[in-house]
Amino acid sequence: MIVFEKVTKKFGQITALEDVSFEIDKGEFVFLTGPSGAGKTTVVKLLLGEYLPSSGEIKVNEKEIHKVPPRKLHLWRRKLGVVFQDYKLFSDRTVEENVTLPLQIQKVPAKEISSRVGKTLALVGLSERARLFPAQLAGGELQRASLARAIITAPEVLLADEPTGNLDPRTSLEMVNLLKEINDKGTTILMATHNQEIVDSCKNRVIELEKGKIVRDEKEGKYCKCKDKEKPKEE
Amino acid sequence: MFKTFRQHISRSPYQSIAAVLVVSLSLFLICVFFLLGAGSKVVLQYFESRPQLIAYLKDEAKPQEVELIRARIEATGKTKSVTYVSKEEALELYKQLFKDKPLLLEMVTAKVLPASLEISPYNLSSVQELATMLKEEPLVEDLDFEEDVVLSLSKFVSSLRTIGLVIAVFLLFIAILTVLVVLGMKISQRKEEIEILKLLGASPWYIRSPLYLEGIFYGLVAAIVSWGLSYLAILYSTPYLVDFFSGIPLFPIQVVFMLEVLAGLLGLGAVIGFLGSFLAVQRSARTVR
Repeated sequence: MIVFEKVTKKFGQITALEDVSFEIDKGEFVFLTGPSGAGKTTVVKLLLGEYLPSSGEIKVNEKEIHKVPPRKLHLWRRKLGVVFQDYKLFSDRTVEENVTLPLQIQKVPAKEISSRVGKTLALVGLSERARLFPAQLAGGELQRASLARAIITAPEVLLADEPTGNLDPRTSLEMVNLLKEINDKGTTILMATHNQEIVDSCKNRVIELEKGKIVRDEKEGKYCKCKDKEKPKEE
Repeated sequence: MFKTFRQHISRSPYQSIAAVLVVSLSLFLICVFFLLGAGSKVVLQYFESRPQLIAYLKDEAKPQEVELIRARIEATGKTKSVTYVSKEEALELYKQLFKDKPLLLEMVTAKVLPASLEISPYNLSSVQELATMLKEEPLVEDLDFEEDVVLSLSKFVSSLRTIGLVIAVFLLFIAILTVLVVLGMKISQRKEEIEILKLLGASPWYIRSPLYLEGIFYGLVAAIVSWGLSYLAILYSTPYLVDFFSGIPLFPIQVVFMLEVLAGLLGLGAVIGFLGSFLAVQRSARTVR
């Protein structure tokens, strides 16, 4: 479904990704790990079309994403769901209004919006917080609102860039359980993280990046390859 | 789109008010120049519609001879009309003119008044040439012409139009620049918000349209404000100006004419608002695309 073929991304003299190749099948839940600056966010931004690769090809369902013209990029992004570490919710809109936004952008009829928002908020457990503003929510609730906004359009692919970065371990686990639930319904998930506990507990496929290169790609991987490898620090 | 547009205005109302006020001031001054120009044109037309050249004929002039003079004048092709006013018609005109002063009417008969030819040329610049021609006619006793008054007025109207146009262009530039700066600031303030919208799949039009709408809204509100101020100024000054321009069909100003002015201002306001917002969007192309 998602194919990276010898993708290199350079920012001037700095190489963020070098000859990165991997394939992700439909319905997979893949962790993208590695230390800060390894290139995890660059992979997410390349998939979003925010960056263009310096060389190589990026395909999703055989479609070459890097060749989508800027004026049509929004149509591609509508097929994706994105969850950010800093939530990126609109502070002057309620949870319900934030979650509704992608549907309004796609001009979904009001009746359908209402039913889909209700179901999605129930799925992430925020039905009772629908009328609250982001400033009135806790960190975990904010991230669940962000997730609800990402999945309300039923995207084929969900990109999560450090979604547990600002959450405590228990809330992080709740968040990942939610992601698993969404994955079970058929959504392909690519989650960039350096949360060891989560990666280790899930036993999903792990692609590890280091200095812009893939150093490991394991089917049922753990955060670290070796037991004696130093445990990474939480950011 | 309308909801986003309302939010944009309510979030930074002082910037919006400042933009509306500056555009209002510009449109008000443009409107004042337009009204002065239109008023001057009516005054000029009034003077132009009156005969600019009157040739008083000697008593011995016979109708055939007068016809020959008329034919020679008309043959120049420079006259709009040449009207013969007989002694009797002159008396009627005199009576009408002094109907409130019977003492002046008592002693006057048709005999003492001269017959005349009233000439309206197509172009005011022809007055001098026609006057020279008529002076050479032996049967013309005297000439009366208002060339200087009409020419001065014509020059004044022409100058007013030129100066008005230059100032209007300058004011339009200020108005467009104001909308551009205010909306540019707003785009800059909402940079992050626009980035999120783009990531959520918002089309360029979805992001830009509230900005265009906001610019046009400023222009339309400013047009209504400037029109209201202009109309109030006219209504306030009408009683004083009616006496000053007595005889000239200028006052009271027709409501239909003012509604046409409103339509013009609304159009101009919308163009200013759209151009300002369009330029602001172009300037921040990276953000809003």
